[in-house]
Amino acid sequence: MATRLAQLVPAAQARGLTRAFAGRHVLDGLDLRIEPGEFVALLGRSGSGKSTLIRVLAGLDREAEGAVTTADTVAIAFQEPRLIPWKRVLDNVALGLRGPGARQRAEAALTEVGLAGHAGDWPLTLSGGEAQRASLARALVREPGLLLLDEPFSALDALTRISVHRLVLDLWERHGPGVLLVTHDVDEALLLADRVLVLDGGRVAYETPVGLDRPRHRDHPDLAPLRAGLLRRLGVVNPEETV
Amino acid sequence: MSSTSARSPSPLSALSPMAARLLSPLALLALWQAASATGLLSERLLAAPATVASTAYDLVKDGTLPQAIEVSLQRVAIGFAVGAAAGIGLALIAGLSRLGEHAVDPPMQMLRALPLFGLIPLFILWFGIGETPKIVLLALGVAFPLYLNTFAGIRGVDGRLGEVAEVLRLSRTELIRHIVLPGALPSLLVGLRQSLGIGWLALIVAEQVNADAGLGHMINDAREFLRTDVIVVGLLVYCALGLLTDSLVRLLERRALTWRRGLLN
Repeated sequence: MATRLAQLVPAAQARGLTRAFAGRHVLDGLDLRIEPGEFVALLGRSGSGKSTLIRVLAGLDREAEGAVTTADTVAIAFQEPRLIPWKRVLDNVALGLRGPGARQRAEAALTEVGLAGHAGDWPLTLSGGEAQRASLARALVREPGLLLLDEPFSALDALTRISVHRLVLDLWERHGPGVLLVTHDVDEALLLADRVLVLDGGRVAYETPVGLDRPRHRDHPDLAPLRAGLLRRLGVVNPEETV
Repeated sequence: MSSTSARSPSPLSALSPMAARLLSPLALLALWQAASATGLLSERLLAAPATVASTAYDLVKDGTLPQAIEVSLQRVAIGFAVGAAAGIGLALIAGLSRLGEHAVDPPMQMLRALPLFGLIPLFILWFGIGETPKIVLLALGVAFPLYLNTFAGIRGVDGRLGEVAEVLRLSRTELIRHIVLPGALPSLLVGLRQSLGIGWLALIVAEQVNADAGLGHMINDAREFLRTDVIVVGLLVYCALGLLTDSLVRLLERRALTWRRGLLN
């Protein structure tokens, strides 16, 4: 079965990935493997190379050295939704879709993110949360084997963020892509991911699985030690230790 | 108190703002008519408004004006079409590839420094005094604003949208069609309005130099016979045609850039 075969191929794999800007190694021999359907969150301080890694995996940065393989279809949701302002919401989602029924698939994707009523709207009339959901629809309608999320929640207000978190989990459970979520929010990583990585010194310096069932609550006692470990790795002194 | 003075009705407040704005031009027109009627303003210097109006009527009736307009409009249409095709075409070549930019942009930047109307003597030597030098002058005037604005528009398209196209695996043709050209369109339309303005100016200058038909010919002929009324009619027609094309472009802008309206509302 095709799906069985696909299970053997990782959603993304990088070996010895190195990328330097003006002599400074942002990625330095990084190894990474994301299993099919696995939700991985990547934490790191600003400038740690998170976005560079996303860009390499998305094929937007071809200057990196090392071996990279990804699923056939890679989709990305950027920090800013990056909708094409002169295309209506539906046309944004359908952009570049091939084959018969492209339009119907785009409509279905919009319905899935709760934007069916906005299909004919101009992107500039959407709220921040709506625009980001349209951006997710545009990524997921391609049925990607690897979905890259480059801090797509960071510009949203707290309430909108909670609802978009739920939406992402929903979509992920239904479509099952491998996900790499870049974030600087430790709680967000712990709520969403199967595995949380910390990028430091151009490599994955630390990783921890999160074995809890979803939906998770941020006050769950099992998350506290994971959070403490991650914060320590990120160079933030754990408040519980300073008391 | 200021509130009382605001409440006391001024004679103007009964009028709509549009009507209020018409008052002073109408007063000037009346003054002009009065000066002509009393002989203060000689017919040789400037014909009276009433004379201009009746002359316009006569010129339309005997077919002189429609024919002149037709000839001039045809010149503008041909010159504009040639200039627009060249300006936009060269902007696409320069905007869409580095090679094209190196080939096209330096000579365009040098040529645009030349004073357009200073070229007329050369054009007369090269092309004679027929239609060709007029069309060339018009086309040149039209080409540069369109070239400059379209080129800048193409290069100004948000690179982050280019990355979206790349991730969505758009072909180069799709990238140009869906991202680059629509992104450059607002600038192109600005260039269009500028080039139409220059186009009409170039037509007027070209027709003044020499013409055996068209609005310029009608005006030049009138000068020979001291017919200031005909000259004024010709100027007013130039005016009206310029305003007409400008409003056509504005209409085009409103239709083509509806996606921006969300930003304005």
